[in-house]
Amino acid sequence: MKVLVPVKRVIDFNVKVRVKADQTGVDLANVKMSMNPFDEIAVEEALRLREKGKATEVIVVSIGPQAAQETIRTALAMGADRGILVKADADVEPLAVAKILKGVCEAEQPGLVILGKQAIDDDSNQTGQMLAALLGWPQGTFAHKIEPGDGVVRVEREIDGGLQTVELKLPAVVTTDLRLNEPRYASLPNIMKAKKKPIAEKTPADYGVDATPRLKVLKVSEPPKRVAGVKVKTAAELIDKLKNEAGVI
Amino acid sequence: MASLVIAEHDNAALKDATAKTVAAAVQLGAPIHLLVAGHQCAGVAEAASRLAGIEKVLLADSPALAKMVAEPMEQLIVGLAPAYDAILAPATTNGKNYMPRVAARLDVPQVSEIIAVESPDTFRRPIYAGNAIQTVQAPAGKKVITVRTTAFKPKDGTGSALVEKVDAPPDPGISTFVGEELSKSERPELTSARIIISGGRGLQSGENFHLLEKIADKLHAAVGASRAAVDAGFVPNDYQVGQTGKVVAPDLYIAVGISGAIQHLAGMKDSKVIVAINKDEDSPIFQIADYGLVADLFKAIPEMEQELTRLGY
Repeated sequence: MKVLVPVKRVIDFNVKVRVKADQTGVDLANVKMSMNPFDEIAVEEALRLREKGKATEVIVVSIGPQAAQETIRTALAMGADRGILVKADADVEPLAVAKILKGVCEAEQPGLVILGKQAIDDDSNQTGQMLAALLGWPQGTFAHKIEPGDGVVRVEREIDGGLQTVELKLPAVVTTDLRLNEPRYASLPNIMKAKKKPIAEKTPADYGVDATPRLKVLKVSEPPKRVAGVKVKTAAELIDKLKNEAGVI
Repeated sequence: MASLVIAEHDNAALKDATAKTVAAAVQLGAPIHLLVAGHQCAGVAEAASRLAGIEKVLLADSPALAKMVAEPMEQLIVGLAPAYDAILAPATTNGKNYMPRVAARLDVPQVSEIIAVESPDTFRRPIYAGNAIQTVQAPAGKKVITVRTTAFKPKDGTGSALVEKVDAPPDPGISTFVGEELSKSERPELTSARIIISGGRGLQSGENFHLLEKIADKLHAAVGASRAAVDAGFVPNDYQVGQTGKVVAPDLYIAVGISGAIQHLAGMKDSKVIVAINKDEDSPIFQIADYGLVADLFKAIPEMEQELTRLGY
């Protein structure tokens, strides 16, 4: 079984984002970019499935600018077998990403697609579900545990009240949550090896997809700021303030 | 045309998230129909019919819908979609699971986790974990929207909508519910609690969360945790408040032994009153707290409990 892992290049998790003064977006100039953390978990899970003999090949795909090739290389250095870069310079919305991925799935015929539950830039949390719907495949979102069986995969999911287990017929789409695994670091020899692994270049048009955004971003602004309040000296003073000043208890 | 709101419930009770999603739908200006999809959930539909602002309740009852598994939910909602201009669901783990499937099948972009309605086609939503707010306009045609329920207040009053049964389409048969492990608690749920007390790595162990539970019991509060406390294995993940956990906005949020990582703040900074208790006075949490207490929590929390007892809580 092939496993396809879509990965996205986003502003690094630790960078404090700044909204541009003209409110057209956030400042991406000279900002450290990395693989979306949930996608890193997806790569790790795919590699573990291959190591357990459940997967034969791990293919990584990224949709984005030429620089997204670095993100693919990161996944190849972790151990993925080969990459596909679908070049798109402007932002591509989740629905268009899902349509491109559908094309990739039709060409590659994976048994499982594993991807992050959301990207930490636009926080949409849509792509995996949309891809599954377009393909008519089942989905296991917010995965906490993945157990492939015979023609099926069991996915334990993080839900609001606890955990839920579903069984999906393969092929299927799984999106990762934080506790699924801890991604490995790429070793230096593997980073060197990754440089020789193939990355195919494609465009959205190769899959017959028009990647023009359909949502119109009118502006991007700063969230309202909170200011620090007062310091209290004792627990009793705190309770008094909450009861008599704030009136919340 | 009308708007369709998908109800959040567990077949026994209608969840708060429903009325809050209705509150967002009201702002679109169209009549509202509410879909109760589940199994043996007539009581939920009955409760839903009394919500203010609803014109009609649609009840779809089928074993396949009992756990709101995404694939049969998609079939049901897509089947009802032609009659609606807008379809809204709360951004719960259920709504987040089935709604993008609906959007993809209808070939429309989804607008995720709106926090405000500016006009029937323009919405505000947080991006970058709430570090920026995007104002976005949806194209003409159907709107598929999920709602961050903490941003909307339920409409006052009651209604008396008619309940109409709708047929559930056949289960696509590609996914099955196997089981679930739900955290049992007598306390309110995190996402609907009026008061939340959360612990971080400063609690040092899972056992020490009992200290917070004692306060929670006195204040009828929910107990939450930071991602650090979850990662350290002190408490299960469904306790987690933050960008990667639950987003909450209670009247009172008490952060105990939590330093205030950006990812945690993203999940609670819209709370009305924030209290921080931490022994490190340089913790970032103090920069957003209305009331800060620089103290050892193992001393401060029992003192709070005593004071509450003295005051008759």
